[in-house]
Amino acid sequence: MTPAIETAGLTLRYGNFTAVNDVSLRVATGARHALIGPNGAGKTSLVHTLTGNVPATSGTIRLGGEEVTTLPQAARVRRGLTRTFQINQLFRGLTVLENVSLAILERERKTRNFWRSAAADRAVAEEAREHLAFVNLDAYAARPVHALPYGLQRLVELAIALGTKPRVLVLDEPAAGVPAAQSEAIFERIHALPRDLTLLFVEHDMGLVFRFAERITVLVQGAIMTEGTPAEIQADERVREVYLGRRGHHAAA
Amino acid sequence: MRMVRVGAGLPLLLLAVAGFFLFPEYLTLFTSLFILSVFALSYDLLQGHAGVVSLGHAVFFGTGAYTTAILARHGLAEPVLGLLAALVVSALLALVLTRIVVVGNDLTRLLVTLGVGFLMFEAANQARDLTGGADGLSDFTMGPVLGLFRFDFAGETAFFYSLAVLVLVYFFLWRLAASPFGLALRGIRENVRRMPAIGAPVRRHLATAYTISGGIAGLAGALLAQTSNFASLDMLGFERSAEVMMMATLGGTGSIPGVVLGATGLGYLKDALSAMSPKYWQLGIGIVLMLSVFVLRGGIAGAATALIRRLRERA
Amino acid sequence: MSGLISILADGIAYGMLLFLFSIGLSITLGLMRFINLAHGAFAMCGGYAAVVLLNGFGVPFLLTLPIAAVLTGLVGVVLEQLVIRRVYPMPELQQVLFSIGLAFAAGAVANILFGPQQQPMLLPDWLTARVNLGVVEITGYRIFLILFGLVAAGALVALFNTTLFGARVRAAVDNRPAAEGIGIHVTRLFAITFGLGAAFAGLGGALAVGFLGLDPTFPFKYLVLLLMVVAIGGPGSIAGSFVAAVSLGAIDALFKYYVPEVGSFVIYGILVLMMVFFPKGLASRRAA
Repeated sequence: MTPAIETAGLTLRYGNFTAVNDVSLRVATGARHALIGPNGAGKTSLVHTLTGNVPATSGTIRLGGEEVTTLPQAARVRRGLTRTFQINQLFRGLTVLENVSLAILERERKTRNFWRSAAADRAVAEEAREHLAFVNLDAYAARPVHALPYGLQRLVELAIALGTKPRVLVLDEPAAGVPAAQSEAIFERIHALPRDLTLLFVEHDMGLVFRFAERITVLVQGAIMTEGTPAEIQADERVREVYLGRRGHHAAA
Repeated sequence: MRMVRVGAGLPLLLLAVAGFFLFPEYLTLFTSLFILSVFALSYDLLQGHAGVVSLGHAVFFGTGAYTTAILARHGLAEPVLGLLAALVVSALLALVLTRIVVVGNDLTRLLVTLGVGFLMFEAANQARDLTGGADGLSDFTMGPVLGLFRFDFAGETAFFYSLAVLVLVYFFLWRLAASPFGLALRGIRENVRRMPAIGAPVRRHLATAYTISGGIAGLAGALLAQTSNFASLDMLGFERSAEVMMMATLGGTGSIPGVVLGATGLGYLKDALSAMSPKYWQLGIGIVLMLSVFVLRGGIAGAATALIRRLRERA
Repeated sequence: MSGLISILADGIAYGMLLFLFSIGLSITLGLMRFINLAHGAFAMCGGYAAVVLLNGFGVPFLLTLPIAAVLTGLVGVVLEQLVIRRVYPMPELQQVLFSIGLAFAAGAVANILFGPQQQPMLLPDWLTARVNLGVVEITGYRIFLILFGLVAAGALVALFNTTLFGARVRAAVDNRPAAEGIGIHVTRLFAITFGLGAAFAGLGGALAVGFLGLDPTFPFKYLVLLLMVVAIGGPGSIAGSFVAAVSLGAIDALFKYYVPEVGSFVIYGILVLMMVFFPKGLASRRAA
């Protein structure tokens, strides 16, 4: 079966610095795939190159078998590859409903219309409300996003991504910046996403990773160190060393 | 916010008509204020809705003015046709310029809009045969509007003609602001980085906005040329670009009635201050722009919305 | 041949002035990320200071230059401390609105104080005399400007590359959080740098009166060129600004002399071409 995402020799360089180093990654369709690694391992850089925020220096990216390496980000989104951001990237002055509706309107290419009222489009509003209901935000639909607490804003981040109807969803630390209790709730929602949606997520909290991931790739200094099931990764001495080593480094600093 | 956006149009229109009966000796001033409002609304589509700055918007205003003046000199004297021609020519110019305006970053965008402004000014100055150079064009006569209404000495025709255009533009932009396209522009304003991540063609949105905005600015310029029987270099000069930026800012960027109020208020102030000396008007522009950054961030519209909200909470 | 040399000398002298005008803008953009469209007003300020000192108080020309620079620098520091530093964290739109307002106000104040006319400036004889360089005769003032520009550029490069202050500024341009992390007092650094940029613009303005003239439209007259210098040279780069300023000055002078009918378009033509081929500016391309 064709993997949902497949990269070959993917590399990203900034001058002399190699952020992503020769990464060949396969993410199976419907996977719950986690990307872990110590700080500065290049996880976010890898997400940037995958989704087209930053063009790859070399290597290829295939989405469902189709090469997308040189496509701009918006074109990848239209082919079903959507991401969320580690730091909220929301339309802060718009309402929660408008945030999600905009994603749907763009997907349906209705934003070419400058005569009909956006709010009067029932189908769009209905779908937006479904996504909001999924992340338990239906009560906040009419509020401007900036008025929501940070934890709820993280869920808007997710709902916007759902509005693009992705086949592959790349989540960059979906629970970053929220208290532990709430990150649990966010991951519970992610876990409830339909099984045919492929998930690739970056996460720091190992507890969450081992609970929700079915496959884990470990990234160190921009390169893949190892990949396996949660059990395999948990048993891997090298992985432990990387994390313990990091902790040791922190203690020294 | 919605309350202000939707509800203010009709009272404003009634005010304008009342002005006709109450101050018949000021019709020319009213006409110029309507035209400034159209121009400010066109610019606000960029700054207020999409959140992108332009320092050369007068280019389209001036292009519209010259288009209808030159056509009238060559026999096309019917004003509405002149307006349409100005709309098309200015919009086409804007469409051509989007190639260099829409790409790039904030600094280069400022640079390009400024540069294009000076370039067009210089071009109009050199093309003396077409534009009359520094003397401008005044040797043309507009025919009656739709073949029915002659421009009269008291300025009654000009008053209603300009008001009609303002109402049409106002209504069009009001619909546009509430449309999916309007929402996409606000999306660009609120977070241009997220837009590609939801699959939005940001450049195309901006190019469309720029083209519409340029066309409407051309409409405003044509109106001024037709009602004042004059087209001149200062209509595409830098100062006019800066003025329109100030009017949109002060009125409350993104609010259609707010921008109309801002344009009317400042247009009146300009008329009064310039009567003393242009330097006081420039000092005024300067101080208002500097202050606008610190106080009254939402402009007149923002202040009005806050007031309405407070009154409602009390009730 | 001799004609070409004298025109080139003209252009290079012009370029030196552009460099002095724009270096402060380049640094404030690179360091504070502040788009200061009012930077030309500092040059104007220096110009009027020099005119008043020379014509009003009979201060010798050479002495007016440092006084004009220091005065303008002080004006810059005071403005920075009072208002401008509050504008740094604002979005770009607010910065543009504020600085355009400042430029308009400055021009209007100059108009109210000195009137709309060009300001006369009597240069000393040794500067107006023509100097024979063997193949060509050039006005002394051109040579003076070129030498002065070279010295100023050299001094700036030395300041930024060899002193502790320069190292701090470079560190803050490269990575502001890191610079703050190692204990650099960024707020004070900003004020000093802003004042320094204003002082250099003031110096340029004082030098420019006898060459470009001076009137209240000054803050906007050279704005496009200043922004071009910064966009081409790269924000925060002294060497880049120098090369960009001198090249633009020379190109402008050459075209205005040899093809006067299109001369005034050339700079804008370059601008448009630059945008078509390097939409993100030459400098950011190099940095990538």
